[in-house]
Amino acid sequence: MKSFSYVIRDEVGIHARPAGLLVKEAKKYQSNVVINKAGKKAEATKLMALMSLGVKCGDTVEVEISGADEETAFEGIRTFFENHL
Amino acid sequence: MLKFSGKSVYKGVALGRVIVLRKENCQVKRTRAENTEEEIERVRRAAEQTKSQLARLYEKAVREVGETSAAIFEVHQMMLEDEDYLDAINSMIRTEMVNAEYAVAATGDNFSEIFSGMEDEYMRARAADIRDVSDRLVRNLTGEQETDMSSMEPSVIIADDLTPSETVQMDKEKILAFVTVYGSTNSHTAILARMMNIPALVGVPMDLTAIQNGTTAVVDGFSAEVIFDPTEDICQKVRVRIQEENEKLQLLQNLKGKETVTRSGRSIRLYANIGSVSDIGYVLENDAAGIGLFRSEFLYLGRMDFPSEEEQFQAYKQAVQMMAEKKVIIRTLDIGADKQVDYFKLGKEDNPAMGYRAIRICLKQPEIFRTQLRALLRAAVYGNLSVMYPMITSVWEVRRVYQIVEEVRQELEEQHIPYRIPEQGIMVETPAAVMISDELAELVDFFSIGTNDLTQYTLAIDRQNAKLDDFYDPHHKAILRMIRMVVENAHKCGKWAGICGELGADLELTEEFVRMGVDELSVAPSMILRVRKQVREIM
Repeated sequence: MKSFSYVIRDEVGIHARPAGLLVKEAKKYQSNVVINKAGKKAEATKLMALMSLGVKCGDTVEVEISGADEETAFEGIRTFFENHL
Repeated sequence: MLKFSGKSVYKGVALGRVIVLRKENCQVKRTRAENTEEEIERVRRAAEQTKSQLARLYEKAVREVGETSAAIFEVHQMMLEDEDYLDAINSMIRTEMVNAEYAVAATGDNFSEIFSGMEDEYMRARAADIRDVSDRLVRNLTGEQETDMSSMEPSVIIADDLTPSETVQMDKEKILAFVTVYGSTNSHTAILARMMNIPALVGVPMDLTAIQNGTTAVVDGFSAEVIFDPTEDICQKVRVRIQEENEKLQLLQNLKGKETVTRSGRSIRLYANIGSVSDIGYVLENDAAGIGLFRSEFLYLGRMDFPSEEEQFQAYKQAVQMMAEKKVIIRTLDIGADKQVDYFKLGKEDNPAMGYRAIRICLKQPEIFRTQLRALLRAAVYGNLSVMYPMITSVWEVRRVYQIVEEVRQELEEQHIPYRIPEQGIMVETPAAVMISDELAELVDFFSIGTNDLTQYTLAIDRQNAKLDDFYDPHHKAILRMIRMVVENAHKCGKWAGICGELGADLELTEEFVRMGVDELSVAPSMILRVRKQVREIM
């Protein structure tokens, strides 16, 4: 498993549109991508679960990636966070 | 005559007949399903149908309101692909042996309740999106038609609440205004109304059953009021206002893409003042040539601890990248005075406006300043970034700032981190800075005159004190002479000077500023086109 920690800079947090984009990104990989916000977890491929975490600007999330393509998924997802969130 | 007030979403005026949208709270009946797999198959087919409807709506919305606002329909499509949502529907059908319609409606309610219970107002507004998707799915299951509004006259739409899809489906030509009982100014409907330039009020406590279709109504987005059955006198006044508003809007829209140049060919750099990255949309929408004042305080406010270098770097980088090669002038931290932040532990002062604030904090606590400077120097690599320092009163302060910038530069060099030294200027907002602007001009790349503080310090008037209103003259000769002096001293050294205070957007002074030789005006995004119009009328 690979993981990274990230502080959300997008002012409204992981809201509808970025959540949708994140789902699209996560679906590209076989690996399981889990977003953990202070113990509450959601799979990055599940839009409503992701939105219901209520991740806001300034929140820290742990992103855990595990699976066959976790190396590429790690790079892809991290770049996505840096560019969109 | 009946009058209600609410919250205004878009400032405009409308007069017309009312159409009341009453949702026949499509009561979904719960029935026992004999063949549950067949019900699940019905849900699958209805979901496919719903997705293609949403795809068409998305395209309509892209054409009418642009991609960003249309994105919500893409999100709606993705909600329909959400495993948790579909699993919940299917498992309800299987375990409770219920019909597809009931399972969809009940699941939609459950999911939207999760969101309506959330702290964040933005997230609470998402509950409406889930209900919208579920309702559409139910309609497709029952084969029910949506309310057809294609044949109606241009009307004022009155409803309990409007879903984004209801809003965008309406023919723009046929909507004069929206007025809803519920809804927040953050809802997608509100955002769409704003993009479509339609007067809209939300949160209006009216009783829909008491309002008849065809009643005449006046919607005033400026006073946030709706009047049903207005007197002829009111109607007459409103008609005149509508005419004026339309003429103004039309003229302003024509100015997009045009240069900010006087008739004799002098061009003015017209920039926008903003307070956060999310305002950049308005900057671009109103066609500003750049950002003349980006208040960096948003990074520091509303949090428990200092923002990290990385966090700041990403925000500045995003801003300059979004603005492409256009100039972005970021003002370093201006905390203190009326902007207090707990974790700075500044302590109480008797006279905060003249106290420990802005550059004074940065020079006394250079570790805070260094973090911001590192982030700014790094972000400067990615676009046309400039930095300006607030509350300067003395030459030594600028020299000390440059010394810290140089230390930061060396540090980045040693660490092999990419950086660029940006253009550096100062805010001229104290009478002291004005009086020594000849000396300061030799040191800096530009001046930006902060007229709000400059006026307060020069006239010795606290603007919050209503008793002093008679003494407060924003056009006081002292201020205008100071501006002239600053501009002249800048030009003597081949530097440029701009105005970023409220006075910059004062249309009565635009001509005078241009005559003085002011090179740049930075104003609120909503004032860009108005100032451009004013400049273009100057001979």
